[in-house]
Amino acid sequence: MAITIGETGARHWRLLTPGQQRLRWLGWLALVALTILCWRVMTADTIWAFVSDAPRQAQDIFGRMLPPRWRYIDQLWMPLWDTINIATLGTLIAILLATPLAFLAARNTTPSAALIRPVALFIIVASRSINALIWGLLLVAVLGPGVLAGIIAIALRSIGFIGKLLYEAIEEIDESQVEAIRATGASQAQIMGYGIWPQIMPAFATISVFRWDINIRESTVLGLVGAGGLGLALESSLNTLAWPQVSLILLLILVTVVVSEWVTAKVRKAII
Amino acid sequence: MLVIDHLEKRYKTGDRALKGVSLELGRGDIVGLIGPSGAGKSTLIRCVNRLVDPSAGRILLGDVDLTALSGGALRRARRRIGMIFQEYALVERLTVMENVLSGRLGYVGFFASWFRRFPEADVQRAFALLDRVGLSDHVDKRADALSGGQRQRVGIARALAQDPELLLVDEPTASLDPKTSRQVMRLITELCAERSLAAIVNIHDVALAQMFLPRIIGLRAGEIVYDGPAAGLTPEVLTRIYGEEDWTRTSPREEEEDEEAGLPAGEAA
Amino acid sequence: MTGAAIAPPRVWKRPRLVEGAALRLAIFAGLVLYLVLAFATIEVNWQRVSEGLVRAARLFAGFLTPDFTSRWTDIQQGLIESLTMTVCATVFGIVLALPIGLGAARNVAPFWLYAICRAVIAVARAFQEIIVAILFVAMFGFGTFAGFLTLSISTIGFLSKLIADDIEEIDPAQVEAVRATGAGFWQVLDYAVAAQVMPRFVGLTAYKVDINFRESSVIGIVGAGGIGATLNTALDRYEFESAAAILLIIIVIVMLCEYASGWIRKTMA
Repeated sequence: MAITIGETGARHWRLLTPGQQRLRWLGWLALVALTILCWRVMTADTIWAFVSDAPRQAQDIFGRMLPPRWRYIDQLWMPLWDTINIATLGTLIAILLATPLAFLAARNTTPSAALIRPVALFIIVASRSINALIWGLLLVAVLGPGVLAGIIAIALRSIGFIGKLLYEAIEEIDESQVEAIRATGASQAQIMGYGIWPQIMPAFATISVFRWDINIRESTVLGLVGAGGLGLALESSLNTLAWPQVSLILLLILVTVVVSEWVTAKVRKAII
Repeated sequence: MLVIDHLEKRYKTGDRALKGVSLELGRGDIVGLIGPSGAGKSTLIRCVNRLVDPSAGRILLGDVDLTALSGGALRRARRRIGMIFQEYALVERLTVMENVLSGRLGYVGFFASWFRRFPEADVQRAFALLDRVGLSDHVDKRADALSGGQRQRVGIARALAQDPELLLVDEPTASLDPKTSRQVMRLITELCAERSLAAIVNIHDVALAQMFLPRIIGLRAGEIVYDGPAAGLTPEVLTRIYGEEDWTRTSPREEEEDEEAGLPAGEAA
Repeated sequence: MTGAAIAPPRVWKRPRLVEGAALRLAIFAGLVLYLVLAFATIEVNWQRVSEGLVRAARLFAGFLTPDFTSRWTDIQQGLIESLTMTVCATVFGIVLALPIGLGAARNVAPFWLYAICRAVIAVARAFQEIIVAILFVAMFGFGTFAGFLTLSISTIGFLSKLIADDIEEIDPAQVEAVRATGAGFWQVLDYAVAAQVMPRFVGLTAYKVDINFRESSVIGIVGAGGIGATLNTALDRYEFESAAAILLIIIVIVMLCEYASGWIRKTMA
């Protein structure tokens, strides 16, 4: 491969053959060229005066943000409650729908690999490729603004996430354990309960809690498109340029996220 | 050539791994280091090339005091000391040739090593070493595609690529089968003889040590309790090193490789 | 038969996750109470929903007859913005994420550097991309530049953390072996660290390109450029056929990205 025999019979070594080397340099060159091209296209409409003005703007905004309007917190408890509900209920619905979906999508448990499995996989992919915020946008247009749109948006996005990780976990189980249960004369449902479920239980719990943590983050901003929660308060404060309120909301979001991360870590430790 | 003088090592946890170890090696001397797990064998050889920093004492390689070195001087000293590892410690994702050439890292600059442009002499040396250890057909294979014995040969070639004066060998056979173990030990001793290399060989397998190594040092709890010819390893000496056990009944094959070797008698079945 | 021989029949109960019937009941009751409260506070305007169902049907019909043509110039513009933002932000993010990730690995960096880099990562990960985008739009004005910065920040937060965690998990034996040859710091990074983490790193980068494109389709909603802005406009005007076309394009590109990144990860492994 990269060893060449010289005219005198001596061996020479290079990691790459000259051809491979040229290809590698070309690759790097192409990447640099692509980046420069993209940069030029991207910044074609950029108004550089605004960009150079940014530090001053930043200073101005942060100046207005501080100090936060602490009394505004009284009006934030309800949106916070909504945010937590959106994340929790959305996750619960997603779990209920994603679990059977995962069993349908997993190669070793699907009733029909030719028909049902592709359909299940398509549902998973479609759900995954659309961000919760876009789901929110669609649902607000359909259902009108409110918590319900948020819950369904979170659920729709989470089905794909949970479904994908879960069916991968199902495909990775140890078949010999299933075989052993089958050998005792167990029924299909018993095999599920004693052979498969105990193996994927830890993965199932970890995935659910993990997704709940992500959903808390996402539900804090869902209100920006009208789907309820803290984002709604953020949106209205931004529209009225009430920066002291914005900073308080951001602080509250940060605290919520940190707490949910802490809860997640605790629960995971308890499960594993 | 190598003088270790009252070497002490105290870990941050307070464990005293070495309690004043002194020994001397001449040019071409090859010595086996035996002792129960936790006796400080691994710490001792890692102190020599300063992968572990000793707490007190001196290590002289020629007339250089290794304990006083740092930075570039330490790296230049490390070039003179080759090391062979227990689980091979090859860089798994690099090719065999890159692994052997990594023995030259102390000699070449960063950019030469980054672009894998090693001097032609280094490449020829690497080819010669791979011929010698019988791996000329595997030059461009990735290290993780090789068997255990082959990997250890790459490890040996890498250490010798440094053109060292001293070899540190850490449990070279611990993860190999009995036949490959013998082959690897034979290869190491042959190469040491060819190049009149001095070597310290950490080894669990007492029978293997006796078979290949003329001089044995027994370490127990950080102290040397035996330093003499391999033939002098009587049951009494072994008891002094490892603790009570019915040594007369231990056939070489049954030699334990784990911690239990250090436990008092009555533990073995 | 003496009394001592009569033992009560042994009972077996499956071990529970939470021991103690009272506690179990309390947890269960708490959960039910929460669910009831949570569902009770959902305000649903059923009239609005029934109107919405008609719109839902239209949206669904839109998916069957997507309209790519009437808003094609807007869609094209949005796509170009999204793609260029993705490329620039990924490249820029990697260039910064590499040194930060290296500095945030405890087994490579000194403590002060580790603390600084971990703090930078924590800040970069603190907020949702949307919130970062809002702040950047306020500072830099509407358009792609704010979006580019947002995605760069999120790339730094994502890649640095995962690179650092990967480096902390590498096999220390390989590092030790390369260090023992007398290699310098940067050579050790190249031969022992980079060689081990590179495949994972390339895989993560490919994955992040995929994520960045998805995010670029969202941050347009708050004015940071890209296809999200186009989608938002289409939905505001109730042009469901155009919205469906945009969503289909997003899904196809995401699937292509995912397929490509999966392929890259497989070939690198």
